[in-house]
Amino acid sequence: MLAFIQQIVSGIATGGIYASLALALVLVYRAMDVANFAQGEMATFSTFISYSLIEYAHFDFWTAFVITIVLSFILGIGIERLLIRPFEGAPVLTLVIVTLGLFTIINGVTGLVWGYVFKEYRGAFISQPVRFGGLYLDTQDLGVLAVVLVMLLLLYLFFSRTKIGLAMRAASLYPDSSRLLGVRVGWMLALGWGLAAAVGAVSGMMVAPIIFLDPNMMQSILLFAFAAAVLGGIESPLGAVVGGLAIGIVMALVGTYIPGGQDLRLAFGLIVIVVVLLLRPAGLFGRAAVRRV
Amino acid sequence: MRRLPAVRPEIVGLVVVGGVVLIGLPTVTNQFYTFEFAKVAIFVIALLGLNILTGYSGQISLGNGAFMAVGGYTTAILVHGPGVPYWATIPAAGLLAGAAGVLIGIPALRLAGIYLALATFALALSIPPVLNHFDSFTGGHSGIVMPPVLAPFGLDLSQEQWLYYLNAGIALALFAFAWGVVRSRTGRAFMAIRDSETAAVASGINLAYYKTLAFGLSAFYAGVAGSLLAIATSYLNPDSFGLSLSLALLVGIVIGGLGLDFGAVLGGLFVVWLPYFAEKASGLQIGVFSFPGKPDIIFGALLILILFFAPNGAAGFLRRGWLWYLSLRGGRAGGGAGAH
Repeated sequence: MLAFIQQIVSGIATGGIYASLALALVLVYRAMDVANFAQGEMATFSTFISYSLIEYAHFDFWTAFVITIVLSFILGIGIERLLIRPFEGAPVLTLVIVTLGLFTIINGVTGLVWGYVFKEYRGAFISQPVRFGGLYLDTQDLGVLAVVLVMLLLLYLFFSRTKIGLAMRAASLYPDSSRLLGVRVGWMLALGWGLAAAVGAVSGMMVAPIIFLDPNMMQSILLFAFAAAVLGGIESPLGAVVGGLAIGIVMALVGTYIPGGQDLRLAFGLIVIVVVLLLRPAGLFGRAAVRRV
Repeated sequence: MRRLPAVRPEIVGLVVVGGVVLIGLPTVTNQFYTFEFAKVAIFVIALLGLNILTGYSGQISLGNGAFMAVGGYTTAILVHGPGVPYWATIPAAGLLAGAAGVLIGIPALRLAGIYLALATFALALSIPPVLNHFDSFTGGHSGIVMPPVLAPFGLDLSQEQWLYYLNAGIALALFAFAWGVVRSRTGRAFMAIRDSETAAVASGINLAYYKTLAFGLSAFYAGVAGSLLAIATSYLNPDSFGLSLSLALLVGIVIGGLGLDFGAVLGGLFVVWLPYFAEKASGLQIGVFSFPGKPDIIFGALLILILFFAPNGAAGFLRRGWLWYLSLRGGRAGGGAGAH
C-alpha cells in the first residue's frame, strides 16, 4: 500500500511536467486552433540552452532557469512572427504540416549543435528521500511539483489580474470584436506563442534531470502532454493541468504494475487519446464544439 | 460515330522515354545507385498510399509508418519462421496492413482534422516500443534477419538489379491502380469529401464507407512498401519504423505534390536522394559557413517553403510546365483531339 501511494506521489510529480507541456499546447491552441507539434522540440531546445548556460557559462541553475525562460519567450514570439504568421487563415492541415516542419528543423538544429550523446543534466533538486509520515518522498519530485505550482499560480494571476492577460483571452475568444476595441490581435497571438515556449521550457528543465538530456527527449513527453490536453479538453488550461496530473498517475501505475509496462506506456497514451476523443471529444472541461456549415 | 480522343504524340513519346529509363536504369548505374533506386520505388509505393489518404480524401495521417511496420513484420515473420517464400508474403503483408488500416479508420471517422493528426502521431510514436515489447514475435531490439534475395529463374541479374526490377514493377502496377482509382467513382467521392464533407454527404456520398476505404487502401500500399523494405534490406527492427519514417512520408508527399498523380513519384525521389546529397555536401565550405549535411533541417525548411510558395509541390511545377507547353502549341488544356 505504501509503495502504491509512493507511486501516486511520483506520478503526480511527472504529471506536473506533462501538465506544463499540455498547458503550452493549450495556449497555442486557444490562440489559433492548431496543435503545435513542435512544442516538445522547442522545449528540448530551451533545455539545451540552459544546459550550456550552466555547463559552459557557469551560471547557477536558477539564473540559467530565468535566462532560459526569457530567451524561450523571445524565441516563441520570433517563430510566430517569422513562420506561423505567413500562414494566417490557412487550412488546419497546412498549419499542422508547418509545425511538423518546425519540429524537424528544431530537432535537426539541436542535434547539430549539441550532438546526440545522452547528457547528464544537473537540475535544481537533488534526488533524496525524505520521511513524511510513513512515506518516503523524493525531494526531486517535491521540488518539481513546487515549481509547477508556482508557475500555474503566476499564469493564473497573469490571465485574471492583468490587462494584457485579459486582452489575450479576448483576442482568442472574439478576435473581431477585440480588434474593434483596439486590441492588437496579431501581437496577442505572438504573445501566446511566447508564453507557450516559456512554459514548455520549464517542463523541459524539470524533466531533463529525470530522463537525461538528448535531442529526442521530449517526444514521448509530447505524446503524454497531448493525451493530457485531450483528456482535459484541448481549450481548457485547467483541464490541461488536471489531465496532466491524471496521465502522470496512470503512467506511473502502468509502468510499475503492468509487466513490461515501460514499453507500453506510449501505447496507453494513444489509447487515452482515442478513447477520450470517441467518448467525450470535448474532454473533461472543454465545451462541445458547435460547427457552423 | 463519336471519335475517341486521340492521344497526343508527346504523351506517347514521354511514356516511351519513361519506360526506357525505368528498364535501362540499373544497366547503366552501379550497385549502390541501383539499390537506392530500388528504395525510391518502395517510397513511391508508400507515398501513393499516403496520397490517396491525405492528398485525395483529405485525411491527414502521421502514422503511415505504422502500417509499413505491419507489412514489414508480416513478411519478416513469415519468411523467418515458417519459411514462406518472400514473394508470397508481399500480398499477405499488403492485405494485413490494409485490414489494420480499416480498423484504425473506423475510430478515425469520428476524428476530424487536428484530432486525426494527434491520434496518428501517437500511433507512429507508440509502435516501436510495442514491437519491442512483444519480442517473442518480433525479436525485440535485435530485430529479424532474413536470407538475402537472389534473382529467380536463373536470370543474369545482380541482387540489386533484381530488387530494383521487383520493386519498380510493383510500384508501376500500383501507380496504375491508384491512377484508375482516382479517376473512378471512388476517387471522385474521395475528392468530394476532401473539398467539403457537408456537400459530399448532401450529394449522397457515404462518408463512413469512403473514409474507411481510403484508410484501408492507404494502409495496403504502406503494407506492401513495408514488406518490400524488409525484403530489400533483409533485416528489420522496431527502429526502422519510428516517427522519423512517418514524418519522412509526410514530407515526401507534400514536397512531391499532394493530390497529384506524380506527387508520389517525385516525393519518393526526394525522400531517398535528398539525404544522400545532403550527406555528400556535408563539410562543404561557403565562406565561414560549413554545410552541415543534416537532411532533417533541409527537409523541414523545404517543407515550409513549399507550403508557402508552391502548395502543389514539385508535381505542381511539372503540371504548370505541361500546361504552358500546351498553350504554346495552341492546344487546349482539356483534350488533344480536334487540333487537326
